[in-house]
Amino acid sequence: MKLKATLVAALLGSTGFAGMAAAQTDLTLWYHGGGNTVERDIIDSIIADFNGGRSDWSVSLEAFPQGSYNDSVVAAALAGNLPCILDVDGPVMPNWAWAGYMQPLPISDAALEGHLDSTIGRWDGEIYSVGLWEAAVALYARQSTLDDLSLRTPTLDAPWTGDEFMAALEAAKASGNYEFALDPGMAWTGEWYPYAFSPFLQSFGGDIVDRSTYQTAEGALNGDAALAFGEWWQSLFTQGYAPGTSQDPADRDTGFIDGKYAFAWNGNWAGVATLDGGVEDVVFLPAPDFGNGSVIGAGSWQFGASGTCEHPEGVAAFVEHALQDKYLAAFSDGIGLIPSTTEAAAMTENYAEGGALEPFFSLSEAQALVRPVSPGYVVAAKVFEKALADIANGADVADTLDAAVDEINTDIERNSGYGH
Amino acid sequence: MMASKLTNSNRAGWAFALPGFGLLTLFIVMPFFFAFFLSLTNQRLISPNPTEFVGLDNYRNLLSISVLTIEPELDDAGEIIRDADGMPEYPRVRTFTRNNPDFPEYAGMREWFRWHSGDTAKVVVATDVVFWKSLRNTLMFVLVVAPVQGGLALGLALLINQRLRGINMFRAIYFMPVVVSIVVVSLLWRFLYAEDGLLNSILHAVSFGLFEGRDWLGNEDTALGAIKAMSIWQAVGFHMVIWLSGLQTISPTLYEASSIEGASKWQTFRYVTWPGLRNTAVLVLIVITMQAFALFAQIDVMTNGGPLDSTTTVVFQAVERGYGKQDISGGSTISVILFLIVLTISLIQRYLTREK
Repeated sequence: MKLKATLVAALLGSTGFAGMAAAQTDLTLWYHGGGNTVERDIIDSIIADFNGGRSDWSVSLEAFPQGSYNDSVVAAALAGNLPCILDVDGPVMPNWAWAGYMQPLPISDAALEGHLDSTIGRWDGEIYSVGLWEAAVALYARQSTLDDLSLRTPTLDAPWTGDEFMAALEAAKASGNYEFALDPGMAWTGEWYPYAFSPFLQSFGGDIVDRSTYQTAEGALNGDAALAFGEWWQSLFTQGYAPGTSQDPADRDTGFIDGKYAFAWNGNWAGVATLDGGVEDVVFLPAPDFGNGSVIGAGSWQFGASGTCEHPEGVAAFVEHALQDKYLAAFSDGIGLIPSTTEAAAMTENYAEGGALEPFFSLSEAQALVRPVSPGYVVAAKVFEKALADIANGADVADTLDAAVDEINTDIERNSGYGH
Repeated sequence: MMASKLTNSNRAGWAFALPGFGLLTLFIVMPFFFAFFLSLTNQRLISPNPTEFVGLDNYRNLLSISVLTIEPELDDAGEIIRDADGMPEYPRVRTFTRNNPDFPEYAGMREWFRWHSGDTAKVVVATDVVFWKSLRNTLMFVLVVAPVQGGLALGLALLINQRLRGINMFRAIYFMPVVVSIVVVSLLWRFLYAEDGLLNSILHAVSFGLFEGRDWLGNEDTALGAIKAMSIWQAVGFHMVIWLSGLQTISPTLYEASSIEGASKWQTFRYVTWPGLRNTAVLVLIVITMQAFALFAQIDVMTNGGPLDSTTTVVFQAVERGYGKQDISGGSTISVILFLIVLTISLIQRYLTREK
């Protein structure tokens, strides 16, 4: 009996204690960067500053490895265990918003002033998520390579045309100095394919889905422009310009630095490693223009409020806090990402005026096109990835793109149009 | 006697069995019925839309297959147009299967493979070519892995079933790959199979430079074979141990008797060892078959089903669709079909290996 009474008293005492501490409402934040200590330290300091300065909200962090982050969120949503603050990859956001896993973020317009538009996640006319940084892709090359092959240096205003680009690859191949002329990054399976390669398709005049209605991919992904894109894509591999799908991931990381590849299609996050690797004359060139402009992908990780969260205003308060330029700059210096505002960019080491990675900021500003803003994107991206891998491996271009169109359309139909 | 004891006065026995039965029911039997139910709906992994009953649509989408007969193209004079090699030219399959009101029965289908009879092409078209390819790959995998792995395991078991010094070391070495996680093993073999990997280097050295390195996993013709070899190596130790336990239940007196009778080594194996391993053989065969049908981790880590679907498997497709493409009903349908296939094959094996 006595033991029982003691236990009850202890229990009451402990809940009372917890109750007092909870004068601040606790908000849990799920983050995708588990395992990265630099990232962890920065986000910890943001949270510590936030919790220290306020009496109403208190944020606690749970980090997941990026590879399984989306699966964890979906599983938690199915089980009804979502945290209040969600970290979400830009193109996935509409899917979660549509499914009700996220709710609109009541953030003030003032907080978003001066932000790169592609860092603001909108769905159905409302803001659902905001990102602290952006990512961009460029064509890595050495200035010495351009000089040796006597190639014109492309600029934002005058990028290479498709023909110039192919001539450059041919020159690099003919020089015999490289194992491959171009490294598109086939070893990075997953989201890299639609993120990095669908802009080429858009430059040809096609797209993953028809963005006027988002109800079909017919014509967009298997029209004449898409077929031309597919033939070009296949020629990269059949004519030996690029390593195929079985590329060693290690070569992807260091191949350009080691001089195996003349050009590499890579993101800003690899910029620091390339400079540190001793490629001092690296230049970051804009994507070639295949007829419809030079385009790169946009949209990175962003913060938003989960659908079951009872305190969206608390989430908004945290996001507004995190959007301060000093934190954007800290993330940029820490892990090499592009800060979302010009002011923050000026505070960073790499993206400030004259910084080593400054070209990426201009690329992002000038050419970024978000991936299709649709809940169906998640499935379409998978289909697109497989189609590109198959074409690279020699599958018939028209048949493969047709099959991809059918699969995307069936999915859209089975989801009653995804709420567009 | 046994049956009545099992059902009547054996409360303790049932109580001990309860946790096991309970967990089996909860995690294996119930999910199966759940999957069967889901395969008749359009359930999505995440969706605000209500789930609808769609009957057998999922099965139809997965299994529809038919043969399309294509006549060669004719020129204005009614002659067959031939290419440089004298092969007739055919209209593209997509002209029949896409937006062609004359052939509604082929709408949305794709070519799987074709053969020619005379100048006519017979094209096998299916709504879901990838599924059919995954079924074919899985069957090819089982057909090779089950006998080879079982046979190798028996060979190893016979080798280590001897009284030699340090025999336990050999047992441990052969068993080692089983203990290592399949994901780790797959990653390591990916490096071994790489174009500048260990396997190519060894072959190059052994053949005095005659052998040109090849990309084992990146080539349609070798990818599945490479995965078969690696899978056989990985799990052979496990079945070796089962064979070994079977070998050790055979009474030594039988061997003594056969040696007194003057039996040769082969006769001893044929008339003493093999009959004594009968039940073990049935067990090993069925276990390998079921494990081979469940091939997933190697594919997921090493090839992702590529290149050109040459290594995609049924379970890989079930996971890819159910989770990757958020189509739970499609994934469930594949699981149900796989269950029926494995059940049928196990029953046939059981029938063929029954006590006569």
